[in-house]
Amino acid sequence: MVQLTLPKNSRITTGKTWPKPEGATNLRTFKIYRWDPDTGENPRVDTYFLDMDKCGPMVLDALIKIKNEIDPTLTFRRSCREGICGSCAMNIDGHNTLACIFGLDEIKKSVVSIYPLPHMPVVKDLIPDLTHFYAQHASIMPWLETKTNRPAKEWRQSIEDRKKLDGLYECVMCASCSTSCPSYWWNGDRYLGPAALLHAYRWIIDSRDEATGERLDGLEDPFKLYRCHTIMNCTRTCPKGLNPAKAIAEIKKMMVERAV
Amino acid sequence: MAAYEYETHNYDVVVVGAGGAGLRATLGMAEQGLRTACVTKVFPTRSHTVAAQGGIAASLSNMGPDNWQWHMYDTVKGSDWLGDTDAMEYLARSAPAAVYELEHYGVPFSRTEEGKIYQRPFGGHTTEFGEGPPVQRTCAAADRTGHAILHTLYGQSLKQKAEFYIEYFAIDLIMSEDGQCQGVVCWKLDDGTMHVFNAKMVVLATGGYGRAYFSATSAHTCTGDGGGMVARAGLALQDMEFVQFHPTGIYGSGCLITEGARGEGGYLTNSEGERFMERYAPTYKDLASRDVVSRCMTIEIREGRGVGEHGDHIHLNLSHLPKEALAERLPGISESARIFAGVDVTKEPIPVLPTVHYNMGGIPTNYWGEALNPTADDPDAIVPGLMAVGEAGCASVHGANRLGSNSLIDLVVFGRAAAIRAGEVVDPEAPNPVLNQASVDKAFERFDSLRYAKGNIATAELRLELQKTMQADAAVFRTDKTLAEGVERVKAVAAKMDDVHVTDRSLIWNSDLMETLELTNLMPNALATIVGAEARKESRGAHAHEDYPDRDDAEWRKHSIMHVEGNQVDLTFRPVHLDPLTKHEDGGIDLKKIAPKKRVY
Ligand SMILES: Cc1cc2nc3c(=O)[nH]c(=O)nc-3n(C[C@H](O)[C@H](O)[C@H](O)COP(=O)(O)OP(=O)(O)OC[C@H]3O[C@@H](n4cnc5c(N)ncnc54)[C@H](O)[C@@H]3O)c2cc1C
Ligand code: SF4
Ligand code: FES
Repeated sequence: MVQLTLPKNSRITTGKTWPKPEGATNLRTFKIYRWDPDTGENPRVDTYFLDMDKCGPMVLDALIKIKNEIDPTLTFRRSCREGICGSCAMNIDGHNTLACIFGLDEIKKSVVSIYPLPHMPVVKDLIPDLTHFYAQHASIMPWLETKTNRPAKEWRQSIEDRKKLDGLYECVMCASCSTSCPSYWWNGDRYLGPAALLHAYRWIIDSRDEATGERLDGLEDPFKLYRCHTIMNCTRTCPKGLNPAKAIAEIKKMMVERAV
Repeated sequence: MAAYEYETHNYDVVVVGAGGAGLRATLGMAEQGLRTACVTKVFPTRSHTVAAQGGIAASLSNMGPDNWQWHMYDTVKGSDWLGDTDAMEYLARSAPAAVYELEHYGVPFSRTEEGKIYQRPFGGHTTEFGEGPPVQRTCAAADRTGHAILHTLYGQSLKQKAEFYIEYFAIDLIMSEDGQCQGVVCWKLDDGTMHVFNAKMVVLATGGYGRAYFSATSAHTCTGDGGGMVARAGLALQDMEFVQFHPTGIYGSGCLITEGARGEGGYLTNSEGERFMERYAPTYKDLASRDVVSRCMTIEIREGRGVGEHGDHIHLNLSHLPKEALAERLPGISESARIFAGVDVTKEPIPVLPTVHYNMGGIPTNYWGEALNPTADDPDAIVPGLMAVGEAGCASVHGANRLGSNSLIDLVVFGRAAAIRAGEVVDPEAPNPVLNQASVDKAFERFDSLRYAKGNIATAELRLELQKTMQADAAVFRTDKTLAEGVERVKAVAAKMDDVHVTDRSLIWNSDLMETLELTNLMPNALATIVGAEARKESRGAHAHEDYPDRDDAEWRKHSIMHVEGNQVDLTFRPVHLDPLTKHEDGGIDLKKIAPKKRVY
């Protein structure tokens, strides 16, 4: 049966309200999810205020400013600050996205709410545990499989065949899509989710790859692929503008085609 | 001190870092039959290599005539005759095979009409030993080459079942009393436990230290941790004064616009709309070497021809290029320009500024990746048990100035070379070293004292002070006065490390403490940089000294060697390797071709 009561310490409490910066005239409020694994206390939402005249344009700029100047214990992942490493995915104003390329001016509400990616175990504050997400990516064989002897130089690939990889290979594995998908929320243990399936399709469709049959066999399962119910949250949320839903639909089409 | 329990892991090899260099080394080590662990503070595909845009250099000749000797010549000239000749030959000769290998792993390179790997022009890459037109040598996957390579290498490591230790932060090297490296002490972020890796060979592939500066194209995680660990172990750093400023960081954010943008036909203009590079570099214009272009831009700005409200930057024009070319070859930077500069590249120029980008200096190695600790008697003395590859190392193939697209090739060529060498020197049958407990304890003591640091300056504040100082005093142009002041100022900043304050005392994902550990790594890197720069009384490559505008080969064609202890830097020198691997009569390069001469583009 579905369990309707949430575990005891998952109820979110009101946290600390941090002091406002002095002399600021252009204040904005940030409500940020906090959870400290060492204390065993319930998660809480802390309130911070920043002077927008002294803050960079992106949500990540605000987080770094809070960490540097107000509360050094605030914890989140970040590295490239240009939307390419996929570290800083989180739920901002209700959207799963990358904090470093999400502009503060895109948020229409006056209060900016920031939570970790939904439905993932939290390690601390805005840091989700992505171990299972990574294992799913690894399970789709994310490498080129060839059987023919390797040429002395490169495998040839036409410009048209190479174009088929566009919109797929650019994925930064941020997990925004998978963690926005209700099917993944409920069946994430067995449904691979949009990110892993997008990667699966990236290798299936690569003209150099010679393991299409094995790859499709690997996905022929009531859960791995077919728990996608075309809800499309993945495509709507992808901060890199990719379309995992389409990739999944293409795989399903190939399954049908090879069945007949 | 709190007692730290730890788990010990025994391996033949432990690689620290999972960027391009670390992953290629890890793959190679496993191929050699060595039990290998790869430890990394970020998930592999989040390493900074992922941000590389323009491409990877190799003389494939897919777009026209090219050969390894031309590539070698360009690298020698690019290095302003400070690179080691044997290593540069090794790089240029091994490059094509390394790129084909990447392609076979599955890298989605852009393609030519014939289905071959697409190659674009890049600064400083020429034909006919610098006498011919620019060459198309830089192999590209649109403008996301680093991403394409890193994700592919990660996939390949999964295929080979590499053993990863992800989000483990390496704190310090374990050194025996007689100077052998025995392993590394690490902190596992997600559960706060401690781990000691005992290994017959440690490979540092920790990347650069761009974050010693205020404005850098580098990621937040580029904090020179390998250099910091090496300095604390009493080992050497080399050529640290050479810091590359990339001509086109986006004004404000510092995000990079690849040189490939100029390779595809983009050009720079000043406030008068003039294509000023034509004046400074009549032959190669906007495709002159990076140090040259950055200096010309700085001169334009200083002489009052900068653009913008404050006249403090330059325009990069792409709007004359066909829309399809922008969409196909430069989609990533079109997106970045929109996000970070609010510019539509099909209509407007991008505001750009020379921005700290790459560290030519690093841990000295030979061309097999073995770390060196030079002495007066033996300038090529090897540190047993230690290697360094990638931006953390200094082989030295980039000398005083790295050519664009020569770093990605450096990662894979020397990652592989290190593995081949380890296959020769590491015996899988031999027992692991008996760890020097004093060295292990010292690492924990340092960790603990920082964890409970209760001084008066927050980590972020001290880091900012360091970054501002480096930005001001170790800049594109340097003078005796700014450098002498810089040395004192950086030393004063470094001295404040004893007064740092850490707020978070926890062990699970304590990013306050992690940033503090990183700051202790930035410090020795920064000190070595400014002291090396102050000492070098000449101009060479990225080191442009206004009081000594010329290169002085008689006195200064030598590597600087820095040993950093506390706030003091002990500076010595080491000869440049002048001999190539192959003699001319055996098919090697003609030494006359690479004899030092004035560097004009
Ligand atoms: C924006 C940008 C664009 C670039 N474009 C190009 C290009 O087009 N062509 C080119 O040739 N070069 C380019 N470069 C340069 C090139 O990308 C880098 O020099 C290169 O990627 C460095 O690779 P690496 O493997 O040495 O280190 P990195 O990729 O920086 O990886 C470092 C690794 O070390 C790990 N690490 C660091 N410290 C620790 C620690 N304490 N404990 C555990 N792990 C640790 C990290 O987790 C990471 O895995 C570019 C650089 C930038 C900044
Ligand atoms: S498809 Fe988009 S949202 Fe999903 S992991 Fe990749 S980049 Fe992130
Ligand atoms: S910090 Fe790299 S994607 Fe945001």
